[in-house]
Amino acid sequence: MSQTTLTDRHVGAPDPETPKAAPRPHATRTAILKALGYSALTVFALLYLFPFIIQIGTSFKTDSDATANPLNPIPSNFTTAAYQQLFQQDFGLWFTNSVVVALFVTAGRVFFDSLAGYALARLRFRGRGAVTLAIVVTLAVPGVVLLIPKFLIIKQLGMYDTYSGMILPLVADAAGVFIMKNFFESIPVSLEEAAKLDGAGVFRTFWSVVLPVAKPALITITIIAFQSSWNELPHFLVSRASPETNTLTTGVAGLLTGALGAGNRYPLKLAAAVLMTIPVALMFFVFQKRIISGSLEGAVKE
Amino acid sequence: MRRGGSARASETRSGWLFVSPVIIVLGLFLVAPIVIAFWVSVSDWNGRGSPLSSGVSFVGADNYRQLLTEDSLTRSDFATSLRNNFYYVLIVVPIQTVLALALALLLNQRRLKGLSFFRTSYYFPSVTSSVAIASVFLFLFAGGGSVNALLGIFGIDGPQWFADPRGVLHIMLGWVGIGGGADGAGPAALTSRDFLGLTWWDWLSGPSVAMLTIIALVIWVSAGGYMLLFLAGLQNISADVYEAASIDGASRWRTMRSITIPLLRPTLFTVLTLGLIGTWQVFDQVYIMSKGNPGKTTLTPAFLSYDQSINNGQWGSGTAMSFVLFGIIIVFTAIQSLVLRDRDASTRGFFGRLRSQPIAAPPQHPTSTTGPTT
Repeated sequence: MSQTTLTDRHVGAPDPETPKAAPRPHATRTAILKALGYSALTVFALLYLFPFIIQIGTSFKTDSDATANPLNPIPSNFTTAAYQQLFQQDFGLWFTNSVVVALFVTAGRVFFDSLAGYALARLRFRGRGAVTLAIVVTLAVPGVVLLIPKFLIIKQLGMYDTYSGMILPLVADAAGVFIMKNFFESIPVSLEEAAKLDGAGVFRTFWSVVLPVAKPALITITIIAFQSSWNELPHFLVSRASPETNTLTTGVAGLLTGALGAGNRYPLKLAAAVLMTIPVALMFFVFQKRIISGSLEGAVKE
Repeated sequence: MRRGGSARASETRSGWLFVSPVIIVLGLFLVAPIVIAFWVSVSDWNGRGSPLSSGVSFVGADNYRQLLTEDSLTRSDFATSLRNNFYYVLIVVPIQTVLALALALLLNQRRLKGLSFFRTSYYFPSVTSSVAIASVFLFLFAGGGSVNALLGIFGIDGPQWFADPRGVLHIMLGWVGIGGGADGAGPAALTSRDFLGLTWWDWLSGPSVAMLTIIALVIWVSAGGYMLLFLAGLQNISADVYEAASIDGASRWRTMRSITIPLLRPTLFTVLTLGLIGTWQVFDQVYIMSKGNPGKTTLTPAFLSYDQSINNGQWGSGTAMSFVLFGIIIVFTAIQSLVLRDRDASTRGFFGRLRSQPIAAPPQHPTSTTGPTT
């Protein structure tokens, strides 16, 4: 798996060195085009970053300051009142629930997806083709159509409003299986053959020979699994109901829609948004290249 | 005993053991739910007890018939949600596609440096929680929010975005003298006839002002994601093609029109189809920002089916709506695979479509920019 990033690979563009000996008017034109390019990029960057700047700035404002100066991200009276109020509510509990769910879901997906991916890529067993096809078909089911059905089955299994009902339905995903399967198919078989000759069993070979080599793909799966379970909303709307099992998404969604006494309390809502964004944002900046190539898995390499 | 004859048996055992957790989870929480929900959609279950208990009886296509043919609030709500989602798709898909392409083209300029900063900022909303993004947009578009403050600088009196149920098309038709504007009655020729319990005039409302805020949010978020697909497509175009064009003296614009865009066609189709499938499923934003209000103008089938089942206990019609929506999405998926003529696409789903996206390079350089050849 080549982890080349998009920026250092301008394959589509001609060699930038060619217009070296260009005449002066051409150089001017290039400079103008460059300036235009940067201005356009900057306009869009503002459009994309300004909402986040407003979000952070407003979260440190007082309620009246927020409504009086909605365009100015700089607080006139800097205050962390919104954050303090958040923790007087159940925010800490929501955060803990989100962490617990995301950790279990991520661990489950990494383990189960790589197990299945390995079996589909390497082990020859009767029914492998059928299993592969069945998992492929599940990919085509639009998630939102499953909302009510999932509610019904979770109730039926007696898991409603429990951690298991929140976690178990998410601990394996078809897309992750295929990311792992594709990866295992791309590494040479010789490693495993050596292990087999040493008498290692299938699981031993998988666990101590193949998995360590699969680190890049495992990181990709980890990131995708954490991010998607952290941001998941609809599943937690249909798998639980009591205030004690609120995750950040359902809890904050409740904050946004529910009546919270007087006023709009924008700083409080935006502070909640800031805090719930931080873990994913940190991961995004640390693993940025991996996230971008991971989300393009396959589109880039075929 | 893992060598020789028993090796095969051992591999079969391990193979099934290895895939069983995934099969159980997907079977239990994906296949079984669909089966139960389908049963509910053809039963008279009222939400009490188990839908599988003996007191629940088969009613055939009654729920579907009621939903689509009988005059009722449920039917007109469903029609309203279809109308809302239709206008939403009609606006979101083209704009997010064009914006994504524009961003990708900007980021693919060979002269410019430091592009990863820009790429990061455009993509960041795509990894952020829909709840967090919605909270920001609820502030931006609030009556006294940032957008109206910005409009105020230009002397424009912005609307009460989230409270405004007026249809945009109704407003515009009012300008040219058709109907009484957004609040007045429509022309008799259009109000006297109806389809699915909604008058022709109501069908012609366009998205409401409130819906525009959700449209703006979704375009803003998803353009960054689709931008990455276009970038990958652009970088798969072989440098030779561009060289040939520059030797022929083609202008930048000409190169773009005759080379870049045609070679991006496969990516374009992917983005359009994923866009169509995704936009018919809009749920999160409606749930967080509007709950279908004002005046049911942001109701979508996905949200209505949830609301109808869980909050109103109308399980039969709620699940029937899910399956009608499923049908709509399948139709679009089918159209996509027909257009792409990719024999795998119809069964490979979301990631499969990403994976099966053809490389936009001429056949003589099939692996020039790709990863490992397997």
